[in-house]
Amino acid sequence: MALQAIAFYLLAIVTIGSGLAVVSVRNPVHSVLFLILTFFSAAGLFLLLGAEFLAMLLVVVYVGAVAVLFLFVVMMLDVDFGALKQGFARYMPLGGLVAGILAAEMIVVATAVATGGAASGPREPMAALDGLSNTETIGRVLYTDYVYFFQAAGLVLLVAMIGAIVLTLRHKPGVRRQVIADQVGRTAESGMRSVQIKPGEGMGE
Amino acid sequence: MTIGLSHYLAVAAILFTIGVFGIFVNRKNIIVILMSIELILLAVNINLVAFSVYLHDVVGQIFAMFVLTVAAAEAAVGLAILVTFFRNRGGIAVDDAAVMKG
Repeated sequence: MALQAIAFYLLAIVTIGSGLAVVSVRNPVHSVLFLILTFFSAAGLFLLLGAEFLAMLLVVVYVGAVAVLFLFVVMMLDVDFGALKQGFARYMPLGGLVAGILAAEMIVVATAVATGGAASGPREPMAALDGLSNTETIGRVLYTDYVYFFQAAGLVLLVAMIGAIVLTLRHKPGVRRQVIADQVGRTAESGMRSVQIKPGEGMGE
Repeated sequence: MTIGLSHYLAVAAILFTIGVFGIFVNRKNIIVILMSIELILLAVNINLVAFSVYLHDVVGQIFAMFVLTVAAAEAAVGLAILVTFFRNRGGIAVDDAAVMKG
């Protein structure tokens, strides 16, 4: 039990500390790297809770895809990030005040709900349900009761993919593209011509 | 020294606040704003999973998966808009984004 507490506090401190670093470091590349650390330690928290499938999903989707996407964009765009950091000191006191009040309120409400409210009672964390793993439990619910939601999620991803392609695709003028139909339709007559060249003159253009 | 539901909820609340704080203080840097939104959605996911585990109902984890899907789609479209905006304007200052209207 003590080991679990140590693991929880370690992961929680790393999560919160790196989350704070994401929004406050100067270099956006460092920001993305701290974002990866945040997601990784949040995946550790999920593991601690017993949600192994979501922990692995978080690592695959976020660390493997989203964070790398951010890294690509940050490195691809040549932006003067010093100028973008200007308002930081100006908004810091008010932002910190509002954020502090927000955090205090939410922690009070969350603690009240967890100790005396709707989610109170001598709750134990969910153990494996009669021999089923976490992944199997999720699969049994996801592919039966929530199958339409699952397909709608797939549709959301499709629309996002098409949207991203439509937004970033551009046709440059003056680029010679391969046209397969022209290549296949080429015959000896259309691809070759014979020219009579007089001696000493060359072909010209 | 047992870790309960309220511990996880407190972590999620603090992470959510950090995300909101990031949007406040980085108003000119749209990349960090997008990362702050990701932090907020991660906090929501921690909440959903913690409640799911402590209330013995796996549906919370299903919805965390859907939140993950929407977050990934949002990041992709947001970054695509950002790249297009950078091509058109030569910079990504949020103040210039008013030209996108109409």
